[in-house]
Amino acid sequence: MIKIENLKKSFGKLEVLKDINVKVEPQEVVCVIGPSGSGKSTFLRCINRLEEPTGGAIFIEDTNITDPKNNINKMRQKLGMVFQQFNLFPHMTVLNNITAAPKRLKGISEEDANKIGMQLLEKVGLEDKAKVYPDNLSGGQKQRAAIARALAMEPNIMLFDEPTSALDPEMVGDVLEVMKDLAKEGMTMVIVTHEMGFAREVADRVIFMDGGYIVEEGDPEQIFDNPQHERTKAFLSKVL
Amino acid sequence: MLEAITDTFEVMRDAMPVLMKGLQMTVLITIISLLIALVIGLVFGLFSISKNKVLRAISTVYVNIIRGTPILVQILYIYIGIPAVTDLRFSAFAAGVIVISINAGAYLVEIFRAGINSIDKGQMEAGRTLGFSYGETMRIIILPQAIKRMLPAFVNQFIVSIKDTSLLSVIGIGELLMSGQSIYSANFKAFEILTLVGILYFIIIYTLTLFSRWLERRMDVS
Repeated sequence: MIKIENLKKSFGKLEVLKDINVKVEPQEVVCVIGPSGSGKSTFLRCINRLEEPTGGAIFIEDTNITDPKNNINKMRQKLGMVFQQFNLFPHMTVLNNITAAPKRLKGISEEDANKIGMQLLEKVGLEDKAKVYPDNLSGGQKQRAAIARALAMEPNIMLFDEPTSALDPEMVGDVLEVMKDLAKEGMTMVIVTHEMGFAREVADRVIFMDGGYIVEEGDPEQIFDNPQHERTKAFLSKVL
Repeated sequence: MLEAITDTFEVMRDAMPVLMKGLQMTVLITIISLLIALVIGLVFGLFSISKNKVLRAISTVYVNIIRGTPILVQILYIYIGIPAVTDLRFSAFAAGVIVISINAGAYLVEIFRAGINSIDKGQMEAGRTLGFSYGETMRIIILPQAIKRMLPAFVNQFIVSIKDTSLLSVIGIGELLMSGQSIYSANFKAFEILTLVGILYFIIIYTLTLFSRWLERRMDVS
C-alpha cells in the first residue's frame, strides 16, 4: 500500500530524515513513536509531500508520488490527513468543512455531499454540530470533525500527526475511540502518537524513530515488552 | 456682521452645484481606481508570497518604486512625462485613474501580503491535503478568511486615495478641489469656497472612518 525507499529529508543543513525504509500493507495500522525531534512528524508529512523529500522514493499503491509527473493533488485525495492542530476551516460550518472537498473535487451534488457529511458526522458523534462553526467546538469535537472531513474524500490511507497531543486529557478518549473504529473497519493508517496505550492496543506494528532513523520496529508486544535497542529501552522507560 | 454671515452662506450655496459635480468626479475616480487597485494588489500580493524569486522581485520593485516616489511626481510623469517621449497620450481622466490605481495598488499589495500571511499555515496544509490545488486553496480557504481581516485596512486605503485625488487638480481634472479653485478664481471668495471644499472632503472621509471603526469592532467579535 505504501512503500518508502531510502527517504531523506533535510531542512537546509539540518538532516531530519537520514534513510527511511518502510512498507505498510493494506489494512495495516502502523504507529510511529519516538522522542520529539526524532523526525517522525516530518516522516509522516513526506508521505503526502507536505514536506518535499530531498531523496528517496515513496510509492502509494505502486505510484511514485515523488515523481513530479504524477498529479500530487489527485494522489492526495487518496491520503487523508489529520493534524495535531485540527486545521478546520473557521469560516465554514462543520458540515461545509466536510463537504467542501467532495463537492468541488469530486463533483458530488450538494444534496449527496450533505448526506455523506451527515453520515460521517454521525459516525464521529457530532451529528448535532453540523450547522455550528468550528470555533464553538471543544478540542475533541474539532478533531473528530477533522477526521470526518478527511474521510469525506474516501481515502485509502489515513495519516494522523499526533492527533491527540493538543487535546485536554478528558477529550483524548473520544478521538481515540473514533480511530479505533476506523482501524476495525480496515482502514490503512499511519499514526504518529505519544499515546503508548493506544499504540499497544490498536497498532499492528510499531515503529520507533530516533535521530532521523528507524531504530526498531515490530509488533506492539515486541516493542513495548521486549525492546532490543538501548535507545528504545531508554525512551520507553521515560514514557511508560 | 449679520450681513457678512448671510453673504458667506449665499456664496457657499451658489457654489454647491459645481462642487457637487466635483465631488461626484472625486468619488467616481476613487471607486474606479480602487477596483483596479484591488486586482493589482491581489495579483502582486500573491506574487510577493510566491516561491518564485522573479515574481517576488517584480512585486518588490513595483511596491518600492511607487512607495518611494511622491504621488504628485507620478501624476505628472504619466500625464506629461511619458507623452513627451512616446506616442502614448492619456486623457486627464485616464491618467488620473491610472495613477491612483497603481499608487493604491502598491499599498494594497502590502495589505494583501500581510493579510494572507496572517492566516495560519495549517489552513493551506489542510486544503492541500484534501486534494485542492494551491490556487483552489487560496480561493476557497485562505482568501475568504484573509479578506475579512483586511477590510479595515481597505477602507483606510480608500480614505487615503480620496485625499490623493485632490492632487489630480494639477492636471486639470474637475474633481472637488479643482471645482473649488475654478469658483474662487472667478468670485475671489477663496476662504468660503475652500472651507466648503474641506467640509465636503471631511464628511465623506469621516463617514468612512466611522465605517472602518465599525468594521474593526465587528471583526473583533467574530
